[in-house]
Amino acid sequence: MDFGFKISPSSAINLDKVDLGKFEELHKAEPDVYKCMACGSCSSTCPASRFSGMSVRKVILDLQRGREKEAVALMRNCMLCGKCTMVCPRGINTRHLILSICRIYMEDGK
Amino acid sequence: MKENIVIIGGGIAGLEAAGQLAALGYKPIIIEKSDHLGGHVAEWHRLFPDMTPARDVVGGLISRASGSNIFLNTEISFVNKLKDSYNIMLSNGISIITRIILVTTGFSVFEAARKEEYGYGVYDQVMTNRDLEHWFNTGKDKRVDNCAMNAVGFVHCVGSRDEKAKNPQCSKVCCITAIKQAIEIKQRFPEAMVYCFYMDLRMFGKKYEDFYINAQRDYGIRFIRGRVSEVSENIDGRVIVKAEDTLSGKPVKVTLDLLVLMAGMVCSQESTKVANMANLPVDSDGFLKSRDNVTAIIESPKEGVFYAGACTGPKTVPETLAEARAAALEVHLYIKSLE
Ligand SMILES: Cc1cc2nc3c(=O)[nH]c(=O)nc-3n(C[C@H](O)[C@H](O)[C@H](O)COP(=O)(O)OP(=O)(O)OC[C@H]3O[C@@H](n4cnc5c(N)ncnc54)[C@H](O)[C@@H]3O)c2cc1C
Ligand code: SF4
Ligand code: SF4
Ligand code: SF4
Repeated sequence: MDFGFKISPSSAINLDKVDLGKFEELHKAEPDVYKCMACGSCSSTCPASRFSGMSVRKVILDLQRGREKEAVALMRNCMLCGKCTMVCPRGINTRHLILSICRIYMEDGK
Repeated sequence: MKENIVIIGGGIAGLEAAGQLAALGYKPIIIEKSDHLGGHVAEWHRLFPDMTPARDVVGGLISRASGSNIFLNTEISFVNKLKDSYNIMLSNGISIITRIILVTTGFSVFEAARKEEYGYGVYDQVMTNRDLEHWFNTGKDKRVDNCAMNAVGFVHCVGSRDEKAKNPQCSKVCCITAIKQAIEIKQRFPEAMVYCFYMDLRMFGKKYEDFYINAQRDYGIRFIRGRVSEVSENIDGRVIVKAEDTLSGKPVKVTLDLLVLMAGMVCSQESTKVANMANLPVDSDGFLKSRDNVTAIIESPKEGVFYAGACTGPKTVPETLAEARAAALEVHLYIKSLE
């Protein structure tokens, strides 16, 4: 039936329902992922960010909020240039982190 | 040296100043309204950032101040200004003539029940930072005993940075206290998910940022940037917290076994009472007003009246102790100038 309007699905994050199994796996491989303080240095320096919205900060956040699909979609824009690693003030090896995220979250390995 | 020095408040500021004045050869008088010395720090368990036992700190200060004349359970009934001195009447009937008053009346912990939306005193599983310190000290609290401790949340800025609560100021110590308490919860319940809901993390002090990194890296404490807007209770007595995850721009919801409110440091009515009796000005934040907030924070605008510690604003223990030492020296120099 058409009521002339649609209710969009809730975009709220329910932390009770977030499965952090893969994130725990990632944390084992990359203990420093916990240290991100969401400063945004990585995104502002990223050459891919301007065209695609790529942001390591957002990827780390999305993974912790159970938005894995969105995170993986963003990651496909990364060129692995490593600029983000050079600027991260928390000393996170973000380039290495990205590779680990690919391994753990991208089933097809691409 | 016969000069009378009256210290109002036997918290750590009063004790440290008394200890220093004793070392300079004076015999100060400490007036404390409660039945024990040490003020708020006597209620705490371990102090950030090194987890120093609070008991050791207070014990050391008390033993160094032990040469003073100490009146417990005693309040000030009134203060009269004489020509070049003050007459202080105590609730035990003793009156003291003095040229020097050191005000160390400290602060109050914000009454969390005033933020009704957080449900303190209404929902069973909501407590304050102060209650949690009490549990660390005594091991007794039915809120902790009654739950599984799978998920615990800390709410920053409760009654601070809040014009509605009439406290626009930042309480300074509660961000780092939340980090400390979150780590302590993780140490006792390693399986628990621990969340901190913050607006900004103010890690201004020596080693605070390290402590924060510790909380993130070694304890996996989750930081969610957003002020908790409302708390409710579900049918099994757990609490549901709603906030905005401002970093992802989405509302966030989580069910918790225990919610800890980081109640702030606010001016104490007892300080205001003393200020009114001695005609001392009160600043716009409700704390006692110094002669100058940059160069003379420990001086009142009144001749012979000095301040130390949290009566002039939120302060940490090391800041309070440094002020108390400075105030003792200032008092000493003032006495010399009278000779
Ligand atoms: C939850 C919490 C945890 C904290 N943890 C830490 C920590 O880990 N590390 C750290 O550095 N800081 C910590 N702080 C800050 C610390 O508590 C303060 O720095 C310290 O208590 C300030 O000492 P004070 O002597 O100025 O005031 P207070 O501790 O408030 O002492 C004031 C004393 O004066 C007495 N008094 C008041 N009015 C009168 C009156 N009219 N007549 C007689 N007596 C009076 C009071 O009874 C009290 O004994 C914490 C604060 C909070 C809220
Ligand atoms: S490695 Fe990827 S995310 Fe990092 S700066 Fe380069 S393109 Fe951006
Ligand atoms: S630069 Fe480092 S700390 Fe800052 S947001 Fe990126 S990953 Fe996080
Ligand atoms: S110290 Fe932190 S929790 Fe306390 S009032 Fe300031 S910002 Fe809020």
